[in-house]
Amino acid sequence: MSSPSETTDTGTDAGEARTGVIHDLGYRPYGGPRLGEGPVAWSFFTTGLRNTYGLGRSARSKVLPMILLGLMLLPALILVGVLVQAKNILDLDEQIVAYSTYPLTTQLLISVFVASQAPALISRDLRFRTITLYLARPMRRSVYVLVRLASLTVATFVLIGAPLLLMYLGGLLADLPPGRETGRFLGAIVGAALLAACLAGLAALVAALTIRRGLAVTAVIVVLLVSYTVVSTIQGIAVGAEQEVVGEVAGLFSPYTLVNGLQVFLFDSPDATPTPPSSDAMGVLYVVATLLTVLGSIGGLMLRYRKVSP
Amino acid sequence: MTSPVVSRTIVRLGVRSIFGRWRGALLFVLPAVLIGLSVLARALVGQDDEGARHTLYGLGLVVIVPLVALLATSGLLAPEIDDGSISYLLAKPISRHTIVTSKLLVAAACVLAFAALPVLVAGLVLLTDTPSYAVGFAVGALAEGVAYCALFALLSVLTRHAVVVGLIYLLVWEGLLGGLLDGVRWLSVTRWSAAVVQQVADVSLVDDLPLAYAVLALTVVIVAGAWQTGRALRAFNLTGDE
Repeated sequence: MSSPSETTDTGTDAGEARTGVIHDLGYRPYGGPRLGEGPVAWSFFTTGLRNTYGLGRSARSKVLPMILLGLMLLPALILVGVLVQAKNILDLDEQIVAYSTYPLTTQLLISVFVASQAPALISRDLRFRTITLYLARPMRRSVYVLVRLASLTVATFVLIGAPLLLMYLGGLLADLPPGRETGRFLGAIVGAALLAACLAGLAALVAALTIRRGLAVTAVIVVLLVSYTVVSTIQGIAVGAEQEVVGEVAGLFSPYTLVNGLQVFLFDSPDATPTPPSSDAMGVLYVVATLLTVLGSIGGLMLRYRKVSP
Repeated sequence: MTSPVVSRTIVRLGVRSIFGRWRGALLFVLPAVLIGLSVLARALVGQDDEGARHTLYGLGLVVIVPLVALLATSGLLAPEIDDGSISYLLAKPISRHTIVTSKLLVAAACVLAFAALPVLVAGLVLLTDTPSYAVGFAVGALAEGVAYCALFALLSVLTRHAVVVGLIYLLVWEGLLGGLLDGVRWLSVTRWSAAVVQQVADVSLVDDLPLAYAVLALTVVIVAGAWQTGRALRAFNLTGDE
């Protein structure tokens, strides 16, 4: 049916020139069920998670995250190979590199991943104002922030956790004691989750503050890399000067040393830094600092997004 | 008519684009961290060669100086290419080499102010009695920083993702592989400048890298980088690579 709509009734006089007609072509508005905040947030979360690995984006956006994931897995694969092949020759009865040490060894790759993907998730929405479209959905501002952060955290967790899982499975295949390995592995996974949360929180906060992508990448790298280098330099000097307490306090200021110290305190993992927390009070301080980092960056993000106009 | 080697207007605009808004804040943070750490190290261990070497080389030459160079250079060229306003600059009757030289001059001044001088101050704080140590590191930092500037300028003309590519180069090639594989020293700006530092200061940073080679390599990178940037700018494609 394509009859002129009723608005043209006034101009039925044949001699009068009609200037504009709106036809009712019979299109129907969407009348089905509309999903609420929960499903919107869930699909937003999965989209964000896929996007961090370049899935659903252009081919060139897949290159970097996939290479980084491959580079993260490569040393684990080699370690497992050595463990399985040379277990008897080298007389090994535990992992060559401890689970809790692995993220610290590969921290450059993790930093690059977080620094390249945090701006992809956070900065572009702000810079190109796509955030307006998201906030027009039935999803509150705080949920937007939490979901973005969750996508980044889970993506980082996958990056850190995947090689640990590989090492764990390899260790079981190589007949390491399953009970002990499982305990250590679970401790390392908790550590990986906390590290992912700290890194994602800090990176997201920095990315939300610097909207330009290139600058945001640099800023995140500067925060993660410089803090780690400074902390490890101080720790090295502190050990030389036999002032371990200074090194332990310094360890609070980089996510990598912080979470490693926490693992040493909570799960009795082998220490990967020169000065892990030695006393109970210091260990508790590490736990508190980790929680503060995560909660503080969420709070900072909430404050930042309060000012964003939809 | 020969155009001047340096255009004062471009220099002035370059300074503004580096310090515009709070982009420049990072440039102040990095040297502050270096000097703060050296004060702390001095307080902890006194005048100690080992601590000074860790701070000035491990933090200063390997991390701070390249990052300052990257920040300065990417703040000069990349934003203009990003938003397309470089076409107004290229449309002016100014030699492309003059544009590049002027911009690199600003970047080099940044390196002097935010990398070389802080390294000098940090060196003096760490080892007050042997000023040659601080001077050596400052000279090395300046040479290294200018070479990095030329390299990153070329990179930002070649690709839109200059910052990310530059960071990956710094982290993976100079940082990760440079620390693991000794052979990288022949192709690493940081190691070349370390060889220069060794000449002035009494310290051992890299083994078996002749000074003449290091100086020559640094000069080649600076001159060839600047020249090639100018050439790349001559055939610059405004649509970019996306």
